[in-house]
Amino acid sequence: MINESIIIMRFEWLISLMIVVLFILNLMGVDKKPERFMNIVNVMLIINFVAGFIPIKDGYLFQGFYHTTALIVLEKNILNLGLLLIAFSAKQWIIESKRPAEFFMLMFSSVLGMYVMLSSGHILVLYLGLELSSLPLAALAAFNTDSRKSSEAGVKYILSSAFSTGITLFGISLLYGAVGNLGFDAIIQHIHEDALTLTAFVFILAGFSFKMSIVPFHMWTADVFEGAPTPVTNYLAVVSKGSVIFIFITVLYTVFGKLENAWLLAISVLSVMSMTVGNIFALRQQNLKRFLAFSSIAQVGFVLVGIAGASNMGTDSVVYFLVIYLLSNIALFSIVEAISDETGKVTISDYKGLYKSNPFYAIIFTVALFSLAGVPPTAGFFGKLFLLTSGMGSGMYVLLGFATINLVLSLYTYLRVVKAMFIDKEEERMPIIKKSLLTNFVLAVCLIGIIVLGFAGVFYQYIDSISSQL
Amino acid sequence: MTLDNIVLLIPLLPLLSFLLLGLAGKHISVRFSGVIGSVILGASLVLALITAYDYFFAIGKQGGEFIPYLTAQLNWLPFNSDLSINLGLVLDPISVMMLLVVTFVSTMVHVYSLGYMKGEERYTTYYAYLGLFTFTMLGLVLSTNIFQMYIFWELVGVSSYLLIGFYFSRPSAVAAAKKAFIVTRFADLGFLIGILMLGYGAHSYDFFTLIDRLSHPGSSYLVAMTGASFLGMSTLTWALILVFIGGAGKSAMFPFHIWLPDAMEGPTPISALIHAATMVVAGVYLVARLFPIFAVGAPDALTVVGYVGAFTALFAATIACTQTDIKKVLAYSTISQIGFMLFALGVAGWGPGKTEGFTAGMFHLFTHASFKALLFLGAGSIIHAVHSNEMKDMGGLRKSMPITHITFLLAALAISGIPPFAGFFSKEAIFSAAEQSNPIIYWVGLIAGTLTAFYIFRLYFMIFWHKTPDAHAHNHEKGEWAMMIPMMLLAVGAVFGGFIPFGDFISATGKPLELPIELSHIILPVGLGVLSIVAAAILYRKESDVPQRIVNALGGFYRAAYRKFYIDEIYLFITKKIVFKLMGRPSAWFDRNVVDGTVQKTGSLTIALSHAIKRVQSGKLQAYTMYFFGGVLLLVVLLLYKFA
Repeated sequence: MINESIIIMRFEWLISLMIVVLFILNLMGVDKKPERFMNIVNVMLIINFVAGFIPIKDGYLFQGFYHTTALIVLEKNILNLGLLLIAFSAKQWIIESKRPAEFFMLMFSSVLGMYVMLSSGHILVLYLGLELSSLPLAALAAFNTDSRKSSEAGVKYILSSAFSTGITLFGISLLYGAVGNLGFDAIIQHIHEDALTLTAFVFILAGFSFKMSIVPFHMWTADVFEGAPTPVTNYLAVVSKGSVIFIFITVLYTVFGKLENAWLLAISVLSVMSMTVGNIFALRQQNLKRFLAFSSIAQVGFVLVGIAGASNMGTDSVVYFLVIYLLSNIALFSIVEAISDETGKVTISDYKGLYKSNPFYAIIFTVALFSLAGVPPTAGFFGKLFLLTSGMGSGMYVLLGFATINLVLSLYTYLRVVKAMFIDKEEERMPIIKKSLLTNFVLAVCLIGIIVLGFAGVFYQYIDSISSQL
Repeated sequence: MTLDNIVLLIPLLPLLSFLLLGLAGKHISVRFSGVIGSVILGASLVLALITAYDYFFAIGKQGGEFIPYLTAQLNWLPFNSDLSINLGLVLDPISVMMLLVVTFVSTMVHVYSLGYMKGEERYTTYYAYLGLFTFTMLGLVLSTNIFQMYIFWELVGVSSYLLIGFYFSRPSAVAAAKKAFIVTRFADLGFLIGILMLGYGAHSYDFFTLIDRLSHPGSSYLVAMTGASFLGMSTLTWALILVFIGGAGKSAMFPFHIWLPDAMEGPTPISALIHAATMVVAGVYLVARLFPIFAVGAPDALTVVGYVGAFTALFAATIACTQTDIKKVLAYSTISQIGFMLFALGVAGWGPGKTEGFTAGMFHLFTHASFKALLFLGAGSIIHAVHSNEMKDMGGLRKSMPITHITFLLAALAISGIPPFAGFFSKEAIFSAAEQSNPIIYWVGLIAGTLTAFYIFRLYFMIFWHKTPDAHAHNHEKGEWAMMIPMMLLAVGAVFGGFIPFGDFISATGKPLELPIELSHIILPVGLGVLSIVAAAILYRKESDVPQRIVNALGGFYRAAYRKFYIDEIYLFITKKIVFKLMGRPSAWFDRNVVDGTVQKTGSLTIALSHAIKRVQSGKLQAYTMYFFGGVLLLVVLLLYKFA
């Protein structure tokens, strides 16, 4: 029994072990030499990432409170990839922050929460995972204790998060009142479309929407993204959002499957609002981190279009798109980070003429932006295409109309940055940023991924094959 | 080497040129980069010729008709069990013809640029972009799949964006590149939706499967797509019209034509390649690709194509008569000629004796490529010598630029449809097809054809005559062989291109088709053409005040045509006054008053309450939670109202 639980919960055990190791290293004072410490952490991250690919059997534990399937394993691997790339690209910043052990302990705890959340088979376990994944984020957002903005970001995050959690818990208790059980299987059996259940559903939906920063639950996003240290922002935008979206699909498709008509309407409304507000507000941002915050709001709005497909293809297209979204955003944030670490510059007008001073960064930045905008032949185009095709499946033509309009609108939004980098005259020459090996490695991985993934039908087929088993 | 490999190499060679010059450009001596690009393209041209020979004379014909030859097939992105996207290359009469046109004109432009772009700062980059463009254009032409075509279609847009904006230090070039990109992108949105509709209706994206399923009366797919109607037209008609909107964007048809004249900001050889011979005819090629579906499944859509083409042909020809910038005249001329090609396709139908328009349109595409590229290259060498685009700075150049003069004259005769030059044959075929099926389009086309002869000879006389040549002027062409040889080669095409028995090779059905030339049909168009030339000669051969008096007499109409019928102004009005006012202002207002306002008010309240809390601006947070709760309430009310 113990052996079986170790194998099935392998991801959780490994990351817990890593937290313990960090703790010991911290006590031994290894983190006083950040360079060496970072090497150890990086090796651990690589082990964690590689170990994720060891085959694992589907199974469940604790009377179904915990379960794992091939799709969940894939999702955890995707999160691992994000974690790895972010840690690599943030190496310099972490060394300078002088508190690497603390940083990684918080981050790993948050990842542990995500694993638990993804594998949950019971609403309470899901809730525990969700909270465990987001509480350390508040500490991380405030990590830069010298900066007022960073502290402000942390406080804002924890307060709004607390509010959202309150609503969610309220929703969960209403759901318990309506159904009498919180296990996924039991809910699936007993759920009915009545006023109490619908209210409960909306409250839970609001909690998820907050984490995914969907309009109008998005208000914290821009401030926190701007104030938090860039690696944390990156993590919030990619790994944190990604994990919630993964579990959100599962919850919608299975647990609330019987409420399909209701949630289709709800997420269509949310999707239209997110895409439109995200794009329009992104248009007027000057700070790149704020810009990327609104861009990510619009992107998640687009993900909802795929989810609205309410079929296998919904899962496929969303997982596929999120990988592309992850790579594109990590590329963007890594460059923003490299440049702001060196020069402190984070506004779009600072990036004028970037192509002249740092052509390598400018090109990758452009490719990543094009991928987000869905310009062929980058993978983003195929990602959006699949989302649209999936959305078409449930025949929500108004939603699709809004999605296509937003596709064009977002092109304009992203081109604004490209124009600044390539065409506008620089006001003040940007120094040539010296590139660290790890950052270059991360950028190369992202670039290759963005270009190759779109053409890798195999990958999409693989997702399809494992999601159709469910 | 087998044919399959050869076909694969044709697009890959220009890609190689792009990669080589783009990535390793810094290590290659500037002098050689152009030569490398040209040699690689030359090799591609040779391979294209081999392919064409093989296809037309060896493998293409089976049982008396040309059938498509597919190669390099690859199953790529599966959507679901019966809908997937495949990749591959296709040889059929029209793709082989386009292959020849693209590689030939591109090679000529490569060689010409050796002289024209000499000493340019970003010479290597220029050649890299040229390679990229040629690769994408060839990819577009060879696509076996509408989706694959769409991807190359967008890539062509990107590479032409780079080339139009090549002189990026000029704000006008940047603006033009942006305009071209955005206008065509908007049109492409229609294309994409059309593609998705076709794919959903016919469960395939392959051109030949689509054609098979949608061009046989009684096929279940066709019945399904033509059964239901929306706003009076069937799903298939809508899909094809949307696809055509994409084509109209690339081919600069009214009302999407506004980007092409501005795109003349790019280097002139680029205009010859992209804006005369290759990219702008992509729309025509697209309609020709799907022609059986248009003709059988949705004749209404084809009629739309015909009227849009005819209107644009006349409209652009009128504007061309009034422009004073020689490249603008040629730009409008191109728009007008593409209109000819499209209305030729539009008047064609399916069935014996009705498909002549298809062959005629393709024929005109073929001949137009050589004489229009020649006109642009001629204009380039004039601009090179005079350093101005304005007609008034020219005149009397026939002595100092003899080769340009002769080749330009030959091309002008060809575009005017004077026998026995290339344009004559293709235009006659178009007129004969139009006369049989649609008299309105025929007469509109005839007027546009007459104007064509007028504006092109107005241009010719203004450049080469008009003023007395300066006896002591030195020869501008001396030592510019790189520029002169491509012009002479293109002139061969412009003079003799019409003698190719085009109908033997290209027809809608694959079976040979005789293009009739009857004396009774020829007299009217040719006569009108000659009259226009005479009129142009009288007005513009010598300096006089007659043209100005005519202009004064025409008054408002001339001014409207000179201002391009105010289309640009209308677009500006719509975007600035309507779109920005209706969408931009309210959202800015909302942002300023509702978002900031709420935030500020709650904020200031809190400031008054506590100095400490002000530091973290917790006032904002309260606003955030308000929105949060508002969202929850909205959803609850909505869902309870709808479902409970």
